[in-house]
Amino acid sequence: MTLLRARGLSLRFKTIRALDDVAVDLWPGEVLAIVGESGSGKTTLLNVLSGRIAPDAGTVWYTDPEGEEHDVHAMPAPALRTLHRSDWGFVHQDPRQNLRMNVSAGGNVGERLMARGARHYGNIRAEAIDWLTQVEIDANRVDDLPRTFSGGMLQRLQIARTLVTHPRLVFMDEPTGGLDVSVQARLLDLIRTLVARLGIAAVLVTHDIAVARLLAHRIAVMQRGRVVETGLTDQVLDDPQHAYTQLLVSSVLQA
Amino acid sequence: MTEGYNFAYLDEQTKRMIRRALLKAVAIPGHQVPFGSREMPLPYGWGTGGIQVTASILGSADVLKVIDQGADDTTNAVSIRRFFAKTAGVATTTHTADATVIQTRHRIPEKTLRDDQIIVYQVPQPEPLFRLESSRVETRRMHGLADYGLMHVKLYEDVARFGQISISYDYPVLVNQRYLMSPSPIPAFDNPKMDRMPALQLFGAGREKRIYAIPPWTEVRSLDFDDHPFRAINAPEPCGLCGATDSYLDEVITDDHGGRLFVCSDTDHCAERRSAGHIGKDGFAEAAE
Repeated sequence: MTLLRARGLSLRFKTIRALDDVAVDLWPGEVLAIVGESGSGKTTLLNVLSGRIAPDAGTVWYTDPEGEEHDVHAMPAPALRTLHRSDWGFVHQDPRQNLRMNVSAGGNVGERLMARGARHYGNIRAEAIDWLTQVEIDANRVDDLPRTFSGGMLQRLQIARTLVTHPRLVFMDEPTGGLDVSVQARLLDLIRTLVARLGIAAVLVTHDIAVARLLAHRIAVMQRGRVVETGLTDQVLDDPQHAYTQLLVSSVLQA
Repeated sequence: MTEGYNFAYLDEQTKRMIRRALLKAVAIPGHQVPFGSREMPLPYGWGTGGIQVTASILGSADVLKVIDQGADDTTNAVSIRRFFAKTAGVATTTHTADATVIQTRHRIPEKTLRDDQIIVYQVPQPEPLFRLESSRVETRRMHGLADYGLMHVKLYEDVARFGQISISYDYPVLVNQRYLMSPSPIPAFDNPKMDRMPALQLFGAGREKRIYAIPPWTEVRSLDFDDHPFRAINAPEPCGLCGATDSYLDEVITDDHGGRLFVCSDTDHCAERRSAGHIGKDGFAEAAE
């Protein structure tokens, strides 16, 4: 049974077709990368899948742990909000969008726990410290404000904050964008380890083919709002069928 | 009663509008109901919200008590009491037990209120989340979805920084297990009195144009952590005048050599105890006169 299933998604911004009859299947524990150039509708697709933007046409179904399917866009707002802070997670390209910059690192990680009803300070703090360690942030920085953190640390803090409630599904929008290459490599390694260990399913938006190859099981290539090619990552990247995919793969610089 | 005013100053249409808001507020405990706050003959921050609520519930048989920081004899209390004596001709009192309507700023009387009394709070800022979330659209959504994790983040930060929850007044409460509410700037010491209080509690915020209420016998819980439970903070000494150990105390500086005196903030409570013969270490035998 799919975890997330979308059919016939269409969305226009005035004259621009941001999404044009897009279908997506995501299975439990699977990482799906959505690649394509800027403006191809990747982020729009992510926002529609996560219920943040309503499509003009089409439906997104989410299967809850009890095996029941929910139409994401027909859900009442409280249910969607609950989903977003428990079963789902969203990792932004800019961690400042997600973090509270005037709240300590521990408070940032603990917020989702408290929103879910955790009321024991000691446990919340212990779990926050545990997660900071897991994302390789020194435990004695738990009371520091995020603005004293470097860009890579902020991104790792955001990941800790998102994963603390053990979501089943994480949406990631260019999680390594804006970071330098060595920090990127470390972060990718961390995401890959965590996702594999926790069995999290993820929809990953990236323009970086290398990121997709490293993290994703399956890949969907987008061009002008359409999914032009989809398949297993290695298959798509090693033997691209569509002309646009061939162009995309051949334009990667070889180091 | 002075001629030329409608009973209790406000016109009847305004009173009806406020009563409608009050009924809605009582029906949804802790929920902030907007109302068309009027200009009153006193500045914002002096109790314009409380005075409008009092004006709309006051009847000619009511007995009014007004306190400010627990005291019956401060400017704010005296002028509001005189205002209603003048415009409504109602009887006024300083004795908590004799009053049917009590308007208050910053305190709840020490004497337990009865189910035939109404307490009206003056509220400067009705939104408990306003320091944490500046957007009213967002705070309304949070109230709508009962999404109060943010308030606990504030408590978490307090414990992480100071080792305890450091809010000493306006301590946030959850009403009837649903709405997060600001109890107005009463000391945290008074919070437990709100829980299942027999009297009806009404809150009026004039500048912010909001009314909210707690019906009698409603559960009011101060937010806390399981391992850092809510505790009422009070001065570590008994009252210097009446020797009370269970009332909220004000610290009064008596000289410039570090001399200080702790006295009951509730003047009526203190006077009653003294006339019953209780004398503190700085007190004098008043009852013997």
